[in-house]
Order: sequence, then C-alpha cells, then structure tokens
Amino acid sequence: MARNTESNGYTVAFATAMVLIVGALLAFVASSLKEKIAENKRIEKQQNILYAMGVNNNDETSVEFVSKANVESDFSKYIVKQLVITGADFVEDSNAYLIDIKVEAEKAKNPSYKRRLPLFIGEKDNKEFYIVPVRGKGLWDAIWGYVALDNQLVIQGVYFDHAGETPGLGSNIKERFFMDDFAGEHIMDGDEFKGVDVAKGNADPKNLRKDDFAVDAIAGATITGNGLAAMLKKDLQLYLPYFKTLKQ
Amino acid sequence: MGLLSKKDTKLITDPLSDNNPITIQVLGICSALAITADLKASIVMGIAVLFVLSAGNVVISLMRNIIPSKIRIIVQLIVVAALVIIVDQVLKAYAYELSKTLSVFVGLIITNCIIMGRFEAFALANGPWRSFLDGIGNALGYAVILIIVGFFRELLGSGSLLGFKVLGDPIEKTGVYAFGYENNGFMLLAPMALITLGIIIWVQRSRNTSLIEDN
Repeated sequence: MARNTESNGYTVAFATAMVLIVGALLAFVASSLKEKIAENKRIEKQQNILYAMGVNNNDETSVEFVSKANVESDFSKYIVKQLVITGADFVEDSNAYLIDIKVEAEKAKNPSYKRRLPLFIGEKDNKEFYIVPVRGKGLWDAIWGYVALDNQLVIQGVYFDHAGETPGLGSNIKERFFMDDFAGEHIMDGDEFKGVDVAKGNADPKNLRKDDFAVDAIAGATITGNGLAAMLKKDLQLYLPYFKTLKQ
Repeated sequence: MGLLSKKDTKLITDPLSDNNPITIQVLGICSALAITADLKASIVMGIAVLFVLSAGNVVISLMRNIIPSKIRIIVQLIVVAALVIIVDQVLKAYAYELSKTLSVFVGLIITNCIIMGRFEAFALANGPWRSFLDGIGNALGYAVILIIVGFFRELLGSGSLLGFKVLGDPIEKTGVYAFGYENNGFMLLAPMALITLGIIIWVQRSRNTSLIEDN
C-alpha cells in the first residue's frame, strides 16, 4: 500500500470519516423507519391493554394478542371509555392510551405539575374492567404493564413486559405462569391499600389463596420481582382517589 | 464439496470441535453464563450471533487494509454496534414480535468477546469469503455449546425443554415428580452454567487428549 495507514493524520481522518459515515447511516435508518416503529408501538399498546382485560387469543400456555388486523376494531369495541385523571377531575379522551406515563412520572417530580393519569375502562360480557398502566424498574431496565381491576378492585388480569430483564429469569414476568397468578388477587384489605407482593418462599405455590396479597416469585429473579411489586404499589396507589369516588 | 475447498471446510468444522470458541478459546463465556437458563434463549442468541459475526467479519475483512492499527479496536466496536443497531431497527419496523424477543440480547451481542476476538484474530488478516466462513463456523461452535448448556440447565433446573414440561408437572406431582424428584433450582443460577461448561470442557479434552496443554 502506498498510503501510510499509521500516520496520525490518516488515523484522525479515518476516524472522522468513519464517525460521519456510520452516524449518517444510523440516522438515515432510524428516521426512515421511525413512522413504522411508532405505528407498531401504538398497536402493541392496544394489544397489551386488551390482553390485560382478557381479550386475547391465548391457548393453554401461550401469550397471544389479538391479531394486528383486528386490534383497531377490538380496541374500539371493548374499550368503552378512556379517562385522563388530573387530581380530582377527570375528562374523557379517546387518545388517553397514547399518554407516555414515563414522561408524566418525570414531570410529576416537579411538585407544581399536575400529573395526568390515563385510565381505560373496558367492557366485556357485561363486566366492567378498569385498566391501569404501570411502569417501574426491574433489575436491568424498565418494566411496565397493564393491570385490569373490576369495580371491587380485584385484579382480573395483567400484562407485564420489560426492556431487558435476564432471559429465562427476570424475563419470565411476561410468561403465562407468572401473569396468570395475579388474576383474582385483591389489592385492598378493607379500606387499606396493600398491593400485590411477589413473595419468595411463598407457602402457596399454586396460588390458591387469593387474599394474601402475594403471588409466588420466580426463582433467580428476586430483584425483578421486587421491582414489579414496588411498581404495582406505586402506580396503583395513584388511582385510589378515583376508585374511591367509584365506590360511593 | 464443490463450493468449499478443504481449507474452507476446516474453517467451519474446526470451531465446532477442536477449536471451539467457548471451550478452547474461552471467549464469550459471559453470555454463555447469562442467557442459558433456558433453551429458547440459547437458540435465539446463537442465531443472532451467527448473523452479526458473519456479517461483521466480512465488513472488517473488506476494510482490513485501510484501518489504522492504532484505533482498530474502536473501529471494530463501531462496526458491531452499527450492525446490531441497524438489525434491531429493521426488525422493530418489519418484525416487531421478533424484535421484542431479541431486544434483550442486543447489548450482550455488542459486548460478546467472540465477535471482537474473531475480528482481531481472523478478519483483519484474511479475505472476505474466508472471514465469512470463519464467522459462520465460530458462531455455530458458540451456538452448539450454548444449546448444550441451555438444554441441561432448563431440563434439570425447570424440568422443561423449550417451555414444554417434559418431566411432568412439579406442582401437580405428575411424571417423575410423582416419585419424589425435585427440580434443582441451583441450575438456574449462573454458577451452574460455569460448572456445566467445565464438564463439557472435561469431556472434550478427555476424548481428544491432543487438546491438553503440556506443562
């Protein structure tokens, strides 16, 4: 090679060119796919909300959402109302599901900001579901989900997901054997809010007792489980004032 | 083999046994411990590394004469990171479900030392075609070990394979559990992956004594 690839000038020039090329390439890929990715995320949100209230294509052990083709029509059919709760007030907003609760939680750190809480009210077989979005921290990254409650504040179904929990361990929070345990669990002890714990050494591995405020933890995923229980406590609590008005 | 010369074939078969990246070169141990708690994750990781390693090897090999050696490690890192991010973005747009399964592996792929190791040891000194074959071979060798470890960890730790309860139901006490068998929860933790790996290395070296280093 005639070129001296070891000189400082060449090294700097190479590094600069490499950064520019790779940067441009990634920016191009990201911006050209942006819309499609946003659309996928929107559909996924609808699928997750429907999943929590039991509208899904599950068979015995799988987690199957309603199909992409049907999600739009199912969402408008089963989700009868979407509310945005701000303090003691609430308004209907058919795009409430697009509210980013991560952003809202960030903004709520400023005490003068009134946090907007989205709530989805679903109806299936003449039964009402109050679906609450939750978001918290797992071991490595964010975890989030949707909890469907009935009007007695008993959990009817949940959907959990995560950004980067350990495969085979923490990632099992989105498996049926874990999520199904939540159905039927109470979050209130009389008037006192308890939430649902993810308990190790649970004496109730088949989860027959539904009023113990606990489900069985996943072996090897203690921190993910603790994070999940904390997430439920923190975010479900935000909705208690609204649920109280419901009971009256 | 018409397509592959004898030397080329060796590039693929060697890493599967006598020059396995995990058991002989001892690269990529970290991800082998982290994600082998179940079989499915092992397979997915194997496929992901197969793609990134073969494509990355080709890119690095094509650039091998113009990369300044002072910054070659950084250049290699950028190539892997860019490849992984592009794949992740494309999957997010066109195969969203699949991308969700893979997303947790993205960080692990970028830091996988097999990839950097092969760039450094092979792609920088060989042509694109041979580098491609070397990438395929090493990724397969990696995947084979991952799958073996994942198989035993899931079977003995959870009593299932790919999520199917092959040993019966531990809670209902059916299958082997009816005879008092219990899952070994320790298998799900990282130390047992290391021990399983150690056993594989032991078996491999006792079958092929030429692999044992002289002291």
